Amino acid sequence: MALAGSILPSVKPKLSAQHINMVYTRDGASVPVLSDVNLDVANGEFLCIVGPSGCGKSTLLSMIGGFLAPTGGEIRIDGQVVSGPDPRRIFVFQERGVFPWLTVEGNIEFGLFRLSREERRRRVAHYINMVGLIGFERAYPAELSGGMKQRLEVARALAVNPDMLLLDEPFGALDSITRLTMRSELLRIWEKERNTIIFVTHDIDEAVQMADRVAVMSGRPARIQETVVIDIPHPRDISSARYLELRNGILEQLGLAHQI
Amino acid sequence: MRPKELNLRVRIRPIAFIAILLVLWQIATVRSRTHLLPGPWETVGGVADLVREGVLLKYVTASLFRVTWGFVLAAVLAIPAGLTIGWYPRLEMALNPLIQILRPISPLAWIPIAILWFGVGDLAAIFLIFLSCFLPLLLTAINAVHRVPAMYVNAGRNFGLSPVNLVFRVLYPAVLPQLITGLRITLGVAWIVVVAAEMIAVNSGLGFLIVDARNAGNRYDLVVAGMVLIGVIGLLLDQTMRTLERAKSMRWGYSED
Repeated sequence: MALAGSILPSVKPKLSAQHINMVYTRDGASVPVLSDVNLDVANGEFLCIVGPSGCGKSTLLSMIGGFLAPTGGEIRIDGQVVSGPDPRRIFVFQERGVFPWLTVEGNIEFGLFRLSREERRRRVAHYINMVGLIGFERAYPAELSGGMKQRLEVARALAVNPDMLLLDEPFGALDSITRLTMRSELLRIWEKERNTIIFVTHDIDEAVQMADRVAVMSGRPARIQETVVIDIPHPRDISSARYLELRNGILEQLGLAHQI
Repeated sequence: MRPKELNLRVRIRPIAFIAILLVLWQIATVRSRTHLLPGPWETVGGVADLVREGVLLKYVTASLFRVTWGFVLAAVLAIPAGLTIGWYPRLEMALNPLIQILRPISPLAWIPIAILWFGVGDLAAIFLIFLSCFLPLLLTAINAVHRVPAMYVNAGRNFGLSPVNLVFRVLYPAVLPQLITGLRITLGVAWIVVVAAEMIAVNSGLGFLIVDARNAGNRYDLVVAGMVLIGVIGLLLDQTMRTLERAKSMRWGYSED
């Protein structure tokens, strides 16, 4: 198993989180959530963060998105300290993040208000095509299935051409068949666009199928226990020996047995 | 059965039910020979009298005029104020006790003060309507803000919206369905209060018609005619507001899921 803090030590990382601490105060008592988290992410990398539920994965992602400030340490993106949300890094919630009062077109166009009318129309058409929502341009989210809503949210994020996509358990609410298709869809899009992706999930298979690297977090107060490089080229054979080896390695890291 | 036929039957049912009640009412008043309540035929005669005297349109217009002013003024002030209070938790903490003290006071309790400040006339009635609408709309707006999922606001901020744009492109559309429902319910309240206000504070309108018909000669046919008109106009107001709720961009706000 490969251990690595950064896969490309010679190149400056896209994102660098240094000694991140987070302490919540609840009813007068302080609850430490993250303790000394260090993480480097290279430009164009697909990183998955896995860990037990409630360990603070989403908290870490919110901080990278700029929605939450750490109580200690700092996160730098392109060398600049993250101080708030920014259209260069778009946070994708579960499919519930699409605006229900806007049509498919309206949602994708939402972040494009700085562009010319021509360019807006071009991008909306391009991304509707990319996520396979042709024919649903004028539909409202309530008329779409869960998978379609999720694709819509990804399209809305991609339309502003962000350097980074932050996905917080994006396929968690979908049925298992839709989830599988969404994974290959996202990989297909990522191979085309090459944004840096940070993907939080509690599904280890999902992480091993998609990521370049998997950061395994410990229970609370969480730190990054290990970073595993997934050295299998896409498309991945999920019954290959290497796949199972990596997957079992992560399960072991999380203290889970191989058998149920 | 084809859907169209079903639709027709569903639509006819309430009308048929009202027709049956009217017939029973007519039979009961004819057979009882008392004057506890005028029959539907007398009531129709009352409405016809009002038309003949040329006061029907005048009174209906007078009542609608007061409701419109009171309601619109309240909406224009209460909704922005409510959205602001809901947005800033500290502001809400400061103002909430005052709102809760004022809330249980019936708008009708303000009648003496309304007359003291504005005299007998339109202004007093409009003021009472305004009072009856302001707090319910303020609370609707505050609660509507609370119920906006943080996700929508975060998504708006993520795409780099300025605070002004965040209000107009995220907060406002997100609260709109609840505001429309609040406005519809409040308009119903305003219509109830205008009748009460007109009984005391003015000498025109449907409320005045009812008190005046009794005081000036026990014309109970006119009293019931006034009541029926109030009911029918109230129904029409509610239906108008309901058509707003059916807009496609707002239907999400009323679905079960």
